[in-house]
Amino acid sequence: MYRYDDIDRALVTQRVEQFRDQTRRFLAGELTEDEFRHLRLRNGLYQQRFAPMLRISVPYGLLESAQLRKMAYIVRKYDKGYGHFTTRQNIQLNWPKLEQVPDLLGELAEVQLHGIQACGNDTRNITADYLAGVAADEHIDPRPYCELLRQFIALHPEFYWLPRKFKFAFTGAAVDRAASRTNDTAVHLVRSADGAIGYRFFVGGGLGRQPLLAQEMNSFVPESDLLRYATAVLRTFNRFGRRDNIHKARIKIVLREWGIERFRAAIEEEYAKIRGSAEGEELLLLPEDIERMRGYFTAPAYKPVAEAGADVAPIAARDAGFAAWIKRNVRPHKVPGYRVVFVSLKAPDHVAGDCTAEQFEALADVCDAYSFGELRSTYDQNLVLADVAERDLYDVWRRLDAFRLATPNIGLVTDIVSCPGLDFCGLANAGSIGVAQDIYRRFDTLDAQYEIGPIRITISGCMNGCGHHSVGHIGILGVDKHGEEWYQVTLGGSPGSDAAIGERIGRALARDEIAEGVERLIRGYLELRCDDDETFIECYRRIGMVPFKERLYLNESEAAAA
Amino acid sequence: MTATILHEGRLVEDRWTVLEDGRTEIETSGGKVIVTLARWRAERESLLSRHDAVGVLVPNTADIEAVHPEIADRPLLALQFPTFTDGRALSQAVVLRKRLGFRGELRAVGDVIRDLVFWLGRCGFDSIVPRKDQSLEGCREALREFTVAYQAAADEHTPVWVRRRRGGAAALH
Repeated sequence: MYRYDDIDRALVTQRVEQFRDQTRRFLAGELTEDEFRHLRLRNGLYQQRFAPMLRISVPYGLLESAQLRKMAYIVRKYDKGYGHFTTRQNIQLNWPKLEQVPDLLGELAEVQLHGIQACGNDTRNITADYLAGVAADEHIDPRPYCELLRQFIALHPEFYWLPRKFKFAFTGAAVDRAASRTNDTAVHLVRSADGAIGYRFFVGGGLGRQPLLAQEMNSFVPESDLLRYATAVLRTFNRFGRRDNIHKARIKIVLREWGIERFRAAIEEEYAKIRGSAEGEELLLLPEDIERMRGYFTAPAYKPVAEAGADVAPIAARDAGFAAWIKRNVRPHKVPGYRVVFVSLKAPDHVAGDCTAEQFEALADVCDAYSFGELRSTYDQNLVLADVAERDLYDVWRRLDAFRLATPNIGLVTDIVSCPGLDFCGLANAGSIGVAQDIYRRFDTLDAQYEIGPIRITISGCMNGCGHHSVGHIGILGVDKHGEEWYQVTLGGSPGSDAAIGERIGRALARDEIAEGVERLIRGYLELRCDDDETFIECYRRIGMVPFKERLYLNESEAAAA
Repeated sequence: MTATILHEGRLVEDRWTVLEDGRTEIETSGGKVIVTLARWRAERESLLSRHDAVGVLVPNTADIEAVHPEIADRPLLALQFPTFTDGRALSQAVVLRKRLGFRGELRAVGDVIRDLVFWLGRCGFDSIVPRKDQSLEGCREALREFTVAYQAAADEHTPVWVRRRRGGAAALH
């Protein structure tokens, strides 16, 4: 894990003081509401329906126990006893008081947490593969590169007032677990034929209105040029991103309006100019710079397999709850004797992604005792204990289960991704949480969930798409129709290596129809699949929209309509 | 009437007059004037003959590298912030300073609030005209809001990866 030095500490401390003064000036009437809005957003503070919301950046989804304990303290002292994990691996607080936020940020800074550029038209927190460093399919651990870029874009003066938000995501593995191409820029760590490390850059993705996947700009940028290429992309965006219409201001719109050839040529031209200039010399990373950063992300002190390994089958045979958890929430690890443990934040009647103070503390204790003190957040709003010895699995399960953190539903129908929706968010048009819970209740039995198999249901309460509805196998988008909540359904989206934007199935469903509609789609899938192994998304890709449409809309004229 | 502005970190009386397009009454007064890029292109020779110095106001939509040959020798370039959240001129400034080697006065004009000043300073603006309602002293202080920076811009900061390469993580400057 990265450790702050004096430079990092000075920067976050001065940032807190800057925001303390801005808050003071706002409360004294020296800053207008609109002026202050842009300043508070750049510190993670959003105005919601009932209170401000504070988004805390979790750099590339990596947390340690001291941070979790601090979060437990923070949510008790400044909030209502819980926080919320988001689809960008961050943590949100729903009830802080504006006057207290500078103090809150000061306390977060003590454990290397902050809200710098968590919202606003700037470079946002970087997300990454939540299995970085432990996945068997990984070529290169992306975390050192994430941290190098994190520092580079933090308070970057040239790119602090961009046309719109700008998101980077990293992966260095065969499977894309970072939903990378749904971001403005995806960086894939790759190796050339001669073994050199480099970056495959994709640019121009984004969810929200007009969801698009990032397109390949450069198939191999050398390892030394991470900051050079990032500068070229950001400068191109700062110059040419539209500022006349907030809904057309993301970089994906420049790509769409220009076409990929012109867009790529502009970035490559800027990159070439940077490389050939004094600025390019400054931006060049030397092998020792990367090596130094890699030193923060070394493998923990794994025990030999003889000490760590265990056969859990005998316990699983006696304990069905443990067996179910092993089956769904525990995955292979690249080191023999170790496993990756998923912590489900999707217990029944629990808001997806929410985490209470008691759960933060329990997680801190569990990761200290069993996973080298670290925890990761995922874009599915779950958590990961990345390094658990097989021999500890039963203890880990019991301790997680005691805090309702062991629901065995990872990747299943009740592992629903959802934004906070109309219950909290000032942007939302419709509720998300209630819809998620209605769907959850329809498939509550484990047998039903296992029968259905892997499926990804995602719900956003508005176009902005924080619930990633456009990349759900079944995506649900809340819309407002004359003051009523309605839901548009898309099918076939996927965030991963097989990334795709879902397609709209037909007319929106009313609030009292939506859970029933989802159930009909899933029952339809069970009838339509060619065998028990064909997943929902595979089935959809094989047979297309029409059979699902016929099952969703019982009224034949609706089903026939395009 | 002169205004107080921020120049090289100090509050000073401005010596430059903005000569709006179509306005001629003060053209006989000599002195230092700032004209739009369009007017500079149209009246270059006569402006130079009538005034002690001519600076140019460049739109923030201009391709600064394409325009540069026409303005490279100007003693002052004014770059625009139609709103303080429109950062296009920040890239223009960095490119002017770092790539094109512009050494004249680089001035920020428009919706310049105190909370933009720090970023202006880092991007190479040495001349800042705050919006009329802003506290000048506050703007001056804002230049020093941070003593550390991760990245180089058009200022004195060394990139943090270079500082650490030199083993100087403990030394803040």
